[in-house]
Amino acid sequence: MQAALVQFKPRKGDVPANLAAMRDVFAQLASRPVDLIVFPEAALTGYFLEGAVYELAVDAPTMAAQVDAQWRAAGGSRPVDVVVGFYENALGTFHNSALYVRCGAPEGVHIVHVHRKMFLPTYGVFDEERFLTRGRRLSVFETPFGTAAILICEDAWHALMPTVAALKGARLIIVPSASPGRGLSGTGELESSVRWRAILSSVAAEHGVYVVYAGLTGFEGGKGMSGSTSVFSPRGDLLESLGPLEPGIISIELDPAEVDLARATIPLLGDLSAVLPDLWLDDEIPVARRLEERP
Amino acid sequence: MLPLVEVRPTEPSLQIDPALTTRWLEAFLRDEMQERRGTSRAVIGLSGGVDSALVAYLCARALGPENVYAIRMPYRTSSPSSLDDAQRVIDALGIHAETIPISEAVDGYLSHAPDADARRKGNVMARTRMLVLFDQSARRGALPVGTGNKTERLLGYFTWHADDTPPVNPIGDLFKTQVWALARWLGVPHEVVDKPPSADLEANQTDEADLGITYAKADGILNMILLGYSDHAIAARGYAPAEVKLVRRRVDGTHWKRHLPTTALVSGTAINEFYLRPVDF
Repeated sequence: MQAALVQFKPRKGDVPANLAAMRDVFAQLASRPVDLIVFPEAALTGYFLEGAVYELAVDAPTMAAQVDAQWRAAGGSRPVDVVVGFYENALGTFHNSALYVRCGAPEGVHIVHVHRKMFLPTYGVFDEERFLTRGRRLSVFETPFGTAAILICEDAWHALMPTVAALKGARLIIVPSASPGRGLSGTGELESSVRWRAILSSVAAEHGVYVVYAGLTGFEGGKGMSGSTSVFSPRGDLLESLGPLEPGIISIELDPAEVDLARATIPLLGDLSAVLPDLWLDDEIPVARRLEERP
Repeated sequence: MLPLVEVRPTEPSLQIDPALTTRWLEAFLRDEMQERRGTSRAVIGLSGGVDSALVAYLCARALGPENVYAIRMPYRTSSPSSLDDAQRVIDALGIHAETIPISEAVDGYLSHAPDADARRKGNVMARTRMLVLFDQSARRGALPVGTGNKTERLLGYFTWHADDTPPVNPIGDLFKTQVWALARWLGVPHEVVDKPPSADLEANQTDEADLGITYAKADGILNMILLGYSDHAIAARGYAPAEVKLVRRRVDGTHWKRHLPTTALVSGTAINEFYLRPVDF
């Protein structure tokens, strides 16, 4: 699978301008062999919207139609899969979501999957749960590469999330993100970016999955989105990354055989599958296992 | 005997990577001024001190020196060396410069306020400079760029709705010691970086005498207060309890200075309480 990861710099709240910029990206990629194009979290609106999220959120079919229209307008003559983060209006319940949509197919646009962010950061500079509702399910879905999952930004910071995704069969983890850069203490890189890389590398290596990360860039009211779009091999190696500040695209081939090889060499995921029942059935873990068990 | 490694409490670092910081702040200035607010022109009140000098350097790099307008606004008691130091920055950068004395404006008002003490006079000067900066910005289709650093913001060592009014500020999240480090790295003239910092509102005034603590100590304490350390934990890292108390008292006494005016909430649509829109929306 040939993937393109787009480090995108939206204009705050200006959806028509951002759709036009998406179309420009599509036009640049339309003549190349590309199977999957990944945009960051909140790519078409900007991340920090506060109450304006209720003005700009759309439902998934509307978002899918808009993305499909851009691909066709850009001259995309064959189907392509696109991931884009967006604020979703699901009949009056609002989510920070990411859409996996197949565009440009003769039979029309097809929504493959919608992931609703489960971990909504609401601390410090973040205020998501003031405005949004958390997703309740982490599902995997089928892509031309194989089984995949989407984790949005903080979703990926909780080790259990990629673990569950991998246990459900994910071989590719797609991370659309909007991360305000912080920490300038002297490594040549933002401390927040260094931390992201350590987390994503660890996810990839532990589970033998490709991890692709698309980061928003540009300043929003003084907060600089830290870009750092990157790809990690199933062995945890950083294959490519962009810097924090400029828009750009990474084009890379993802080889399913690499997942098999990584898992054969270090079978941590298989080991986990074997041990998981013991861990999960441990009565000391304060988890209601079935809805009917809840008091 | 086995080798024994003893771990003592360490202080969180205030070190910054100057190259990365410069890149970040240049990108901030271009995005917030050119892309969000549609102007490349910056107006800076150039005092001769290190804060405004650093901002001038950052603006010149981000926007081009031809887009930077330095305004010197001396009062009749201002130190002549401040004008000279500002000139060093102007010459080094090749930015536009204008000198607009504020003595007549300030004295015109003060003739109606003969009882004004030094503190009130200082505030009148600062607010007069704010008035000049905004008008000079309007004249040029420019934006005033702020020069307040994180230390003075936290200590409340500024005039409310004067020094803090410019809509864009690249150095407001940098402590004073970080301002010095970045200014040195960017090549701000040593006469500007190395002199004792002063608000220059009164003769022989220095910030550190006003504050009762050095910036180096204040920054170390402030950084730990912001990170949530207790007074005891800060003292355990080598600071005098009296100085920790002094700094915390200043921070806790000035939260209001870091906010917009307190507005009586009477509806379910109160601005910035219920009606919430980001500054760049």
